[in-house]
Amino acid sequence: MLDLLRQPWPWYTSGIAIATIMVLLLFFGKSFGFSSNLRTMCTIAGAGKRVKFFDFDWKTQKWNLLFLLGSVLGGVIAATLLNTGESLRLSASTISDLKEIGVQFDGQLNPAQIFGPDAMSSPMGIFILLLGGILVGFGSRYAGGCTSGHAISGLSNLQLPSLIAVVGFFAGGLIMTHYLLPLIF
Amino acid sequence: MKGIKFIIAGILFGIIMAKSEAISWYRIQEMFRFQSFHMYGIIGTAVVLGTITVYLIKKFKLKDTQGEPIIFADKDKGWPRYLIGGSIFGLGWALTGACPGPMFVNIGYGYWTMGIVVLGALIGTYLYGVIKNKLPH
Repeated sequence: MLDLLRQPWPWYTSGIAIATIMVLLLFFGKSFGFSSNLRTMCTIAGAGKRVKFFDFDWKTQKWNLLFLLGSVLGGVIAATLLNTGESLRLSASTISDLKEIGVQFDGQLNPAQIFGPDAMSSPMGIFILLLGGILVGFGSRYAGGCTSGHAISGLSNLQLPSLIAVVGFFAGGLIMTHYLLPLIF
Repeated sequence: MKGIKFIIAGILFGIIMAKSEAISWYRIQEMFRFQSFHMYGIIGTAVVLGTITVYLIKKFKLKDTQGEPIIFADKDKGWPRYLIGGSIFGLGWALTGACPGPMFVNIGYGYWTMGIVVLGALIGTYLYGVIKNKLPH
């Protein structure tokens, strides 16, 4: 059984499992949306004193912070107990496309070139990660949700705004992938 | 401890995201290059099953574990915030390969440099709170 869990999971297993998490949270009386935690963290850091948007009772979001804590632990378990050390099976065309823009495929989940300790020694490397984070944080709050809140919860509830947001996610992602990344790396 | 069920749900989420490689920068690149069905399969399956379940919950007026009716809040109407905000999110998603959930799963996985992405995301969220009223929604 453990051996089976250690293999990379096929997309349908993962899709079913993610829907299950969403439904589980619904039956716990909550709505699946991860990026709200970022707002909560700003509030805990004291942002509510300066900016009205952060002035709310963050304790109502305690459950979501616990979910976040769990997700970090889940990452730890996946990296240790459930790790085979097997190389990621990325499609050959992606490997060669990435090579063209200067990103080497190293078989890990994330390229060491961007996320490894060495990348931290260059100001540009740090700037790229910081900028990417700012875009994700700003964009998800502006759009009122991220992949979980809009693409999963929102689309499942047939919300037109969520569909527009998902179109936006892809518009931005395609522009970054095809036009900006070649300039950055 | 009432909160433990949320921690367990989070652990499951983290394991799923990591084991299906949805937290991988490479997989997100593959998705935005339309070179694999993998990520579309994950999101597609989740949405199809989610839609069916939400429909059934509404149809049979199911209640949550506290006995309260399960309520689905409609998203606010309009489009500028969803299209513009969504596009900004997408730029960051393709650059870092991580949306908010996977950022944290990645930290657990051992990619502590994702902490910088999280820091950025907190700055971005704060920035939105500051200029919110000046933006079209």
